[in-house]
This record gives sequence, C-alpha cells and structure tokens, in this order.
Amino acid sequence: MKVWLLHLVLIAALFAAQFLLSPYHATNLARIMVLAVFAMGYNLAFGYTGLLSLGHALLFAAGMYAAGLSAQILGLTAGPALILGILGGGLLAAAVGLLALRTAGVSFMIVTLMFAQAGYLTILYFGATTGGDEGFTLPAASRSIAGFDLSTDTPRFLAALALFGAGLLASLAIVRSPFGRTMVAIRENEERSRMLGYNPFAIKLAALVISGLYVGAAGAAYALLFGYAGASFATIQYSILPMLYVLLGGAGTTLGPFLGAALMFALIEAASGLTSAYLFFVGAALVALVLFAPKGILGTIRERWVKWLP
Amino acid sequence: MALEVQGITAGYGPVTVLNGVNFRAEPGRITCLMGRNGVGKSTFLKCLMGLLPATEGTIHLNGLALEGLPAHEVPKRGLAYVPQGRRLFGPLTVAENLAVGGLVQGNDENTLHRVLTLFPRLRERLTQTAQTLSGGEQQMLAIARALCLNPKVLLLDEPTEGLQPSMITLIQEAVMSLKGQGVAVVLVEQRVDAVLRLADRVSFMLAGRVEETRDVKGLDASDPVFRTYVGV
Repeated sequence: MKVWLLHLVLIAALFAAQFLLSPYHATNLARIMVLAVFAMGYNLAFGYTGLLSLGHALLFAAGMYAAGLSAQILGLTAGPALILGILGGGLLAAAVGLLALRTAGVSFMIVTLMFAQAGYLTILYFGATTGGDEGFTLPAASRSIAGFDLSTDTPRFLAALALFGAGLLASLAIVRSPFGRTMVAIRENEERSRMLGYNPFAIKLAALVISGLYVGAAGAAYALLFGYAGASFATIQYSILPMLYVLLGGAGTTLGPFLGAALMFALIEAASGLTSAYLFFVGAALVALVLFAPKGILGTIRERWVKWLP
Repeated sequence: MALEVQGITAGYGPVTVLNGVNFRAEPGRITCLMGRNGVGKSTFLKCLMGLLPATEGTIHLNGLALEGLPAHEVPKRGLAYVPQGRRLFGPLTVAENLAVGGLVQGNDENTLHRVLTLFPRLRERLTQTAQTLSGGEQQMLAIARALCLNPKVLLLDEPTEGLQPSMITLIQEAVMSLKGQGVAVVLVEQRVDAVLRLADRVSFMLAGRVEETRDVKGLDASDPVFRTYVGV
C-alpha cells in the first residue's frame, strides 16, 4: 500500500508543481516527464530484464515519426497519432527483438546499436519525407486532443503528466506482477529460470516489446507536445541518454528513471550554460556515481535504508 | 519406473564427457551418484535437464521421451534440478522466489504449504530477500523452489556442500521426507557417510559412464568400491 501511495504522492506533487513553476520551468518539467517515460521503458528492458540495449533511439524515433508523419501526411490529431506512435515503438521492438535476442551481452549491445544506426540512416535516406537532418515541425492542427491545444503550456503539462502517471503506475503494476518477478529472475540467472520451466527468449521478447511501447509513447509524445520530429532523436546519443538516466536514478527501481532524467536534465541545463563542453560534467557525475553509488541513487537508498522501495 | 536413461553420450564441443551412461531412478527411492571430480556427474544432470544436448541415447520419464526437448520444457515434464551453488534470484524475497518457482505449475496453495512444512525456517523468512539468507537457508530455498514444480524426479547436486552440520541434518531430513512422499531423488554426493545414511542405491561413475550400481544395504564405509571409484 505504501508503495502505491509513494507513487501517487509523486504524481500529485508534479501536478501541484505547475502552479508553482514559471512557464519555462513547467515546460522543462513536461519535457523531463516525457523523457522519464522513455527511461521507464529502458528500465523495464535493462533494469529489470538485464537487456543492455544501445538501440532504444530507434524505438524513440519510431514513435516520434509514426506520430509525426501520421499527423503531417494523414492529418491525424494527437490521440490517434499517439496510438500509432505507441504501436510503432512496440512493433519495431518486436521485429528487432526477434533477431537481436538471439544474441546476448556485448553482442546484443552491438546488434541493437547497428539496428539503431540503420534506422538513423533510413531517416536520412528518406529525407524528402522525414525532413532528414532538419526534421519537420508538426502542423498546429494536429497538436490537439479532446479540444485542448497541446502547444499551450497547461494542456501540454497535463498531457505529459497524464502520460507519465499512467506509465509510472503501469510500470509499478508490471514489476510487482508474476511477470515482473520472472523478468527479474531472467536478469539474475537465465539458466536457472529455464530450469524452472520458463522460456527466456519469450520473456525477454515480451519485456522488450513492453519497453518499445513505452519508448514509442515517449517519442510520439515528444513530437506532439513540443511540435518537432528530427533525425537527431535517432542518433546514438538518444540510446545512451535513457541508459544514463536509469543508471543515475537506479536501475531496477520504478522511480529511478524519473529521478535520473530530472537530475541529468538539470545537470546538462546548468553545465551547458557554463561551457559548450558540458559533457565533461556529465562524465564527472557518472564517475562519481560509479565510485560512490554504483547501483544508482535509489538503488543505493533501497540497498542501505529503504528496503521496500520497488 | 520414473526415470530411465539408456546410452547417453554428450560433451562440450569436441570433448566427450558422457560416454554411454545407463541409469535408473525410481519413485520413493534415493539414488546417489558418486565418482571422482571430473567423471561427469554434474554434466549428466545438466544433460538430463536438456541444458546440454545428448548426441546419443534416450531419456524417458514415465515412458515419455525427454531427449531433444528444449530445456525449458523439461521441468514441465516432472524433472527439477538444484545445481551446485544454489543460484537463487538474490534480489527477490523468499516468497517471490517460491512464487517464481511455481508459476509454470500454477502456484497452488497446497504445494506452497507442503514446501513450507518441509522447510519451516523459510516460513519465518518469507519477506527476506534471498541474498540475505545464510548458506543453509539459501540451499533450503533452492530445494524448496524446485519443489514448487511438484517434480516426479528431483536432481540434487551436492546440496550439503560447505554447510554447517546442523543445516546438513535439516536438509538431509527434508530429502528423506521427499523420499517418503514418493519423489525419485537423484543425489550427487561425495561423502560416504551421507550416502550410506540417505541412499537406497548408489551408482558409481568413472570416465563418463556408470560403471557399477549397488544397493546401499550391505555396503559399509570400508567397502573397496568407495576406494575404487571415489578414492576414499
């Protein structure tokens, strides 16, 4: 009960934050919530199932372009475009997983990275449609849902919060379900799981597809809420970012992705104001993390003090 | 008859480890596997579980062929395996480990009750994560988790290795209790006193084959068969 309460309190606090923050910071918080959904999806694959992927930018871009292009070409509004984005991420995750999950460890990382690079190059190749490097802005008419204009501050914030809240509660339900325990079992010892009658390939594929649905939703929401889709979101940087968010916040914790996304976003925001070499600060933060809290912030807190943290 | 193995051959790459193993295990009996290090005892158990494919031979459980099945299908046919080193799911609690163990069989309450009756100490530790248990408790959990599958045959690979005497006694009592419940237990064990106390029959392995099988009744620790195959 207290676990659910903790998550609901976070959602309530985020809801209240819109009344306290300036429009600029509220927009940043909306961006953080969408990126946290991205990280939640990554966390289900990596943190809970042990799938260290370097290809999640492909799934993010799949959601972004499925939503963005359907809005631009077909004139769909935000609701249907979001659904297409979610499906885009899930289907592509299934396709990639069917091939990539035949490998493991470093090979899996490399194969997923190759798929992501292929996706990035495909976006550039079909630049006439996708806008290539420059990307495209979504038509204003498509950025509305139930009569609310997502290009304005309050609806955008509430839409991001709704997505984040639904994603967070769903991820909590998943990891506390029998399937969630099986994901952890696979992560901990794949061979032992097989000895208990589980098919690791099927479970990892299911976890990757769920991860893809999350990441697709995040990509679609990013395009619809901030009005832009571009090839830069398919670069390796967007495969590494969710990994950093999860590692910083705590892999295998439900709240870690949000915490990691928020802290990393703030760090980059602050450091990029000081120098163009802001990645130096990101690197220093990661070195400190590895030295002092290798399980991430919430992972360390759970290990040392709050054992019940999911 | 529970488990019947005929002429199993298997190995790792070009190296043949099992060289035509014949073996039987029957319900309500404990069959020990003994032999020096490297003769293929653990490899044989892995082969039974489908973790290592057999290149020749047959494995039947109650008349159903097991060889060639994917490894994750074997436990559903009634074989459960507790390997050396326990290999628990450390971050999961005792209750969650047991739930994961019984999920493919539907996690019925009777099975859980039976398992916790066998290992009452685990009942006191249900909310504790597996990685925080003592070595003996971890071994109990490893066996309990395998029992959640309701196996017909339980394969135990040196379950008391490295444990303190009080824990060894508890685990041996649990194994004897399983025998009373009609489970066929296959026990890899190196200690002669344990074999003489627990087993109904002992199969001695040498160079990848079962060379000799003897009823324990009539054997004692000074029997030359132990010196021949185990070196003690």
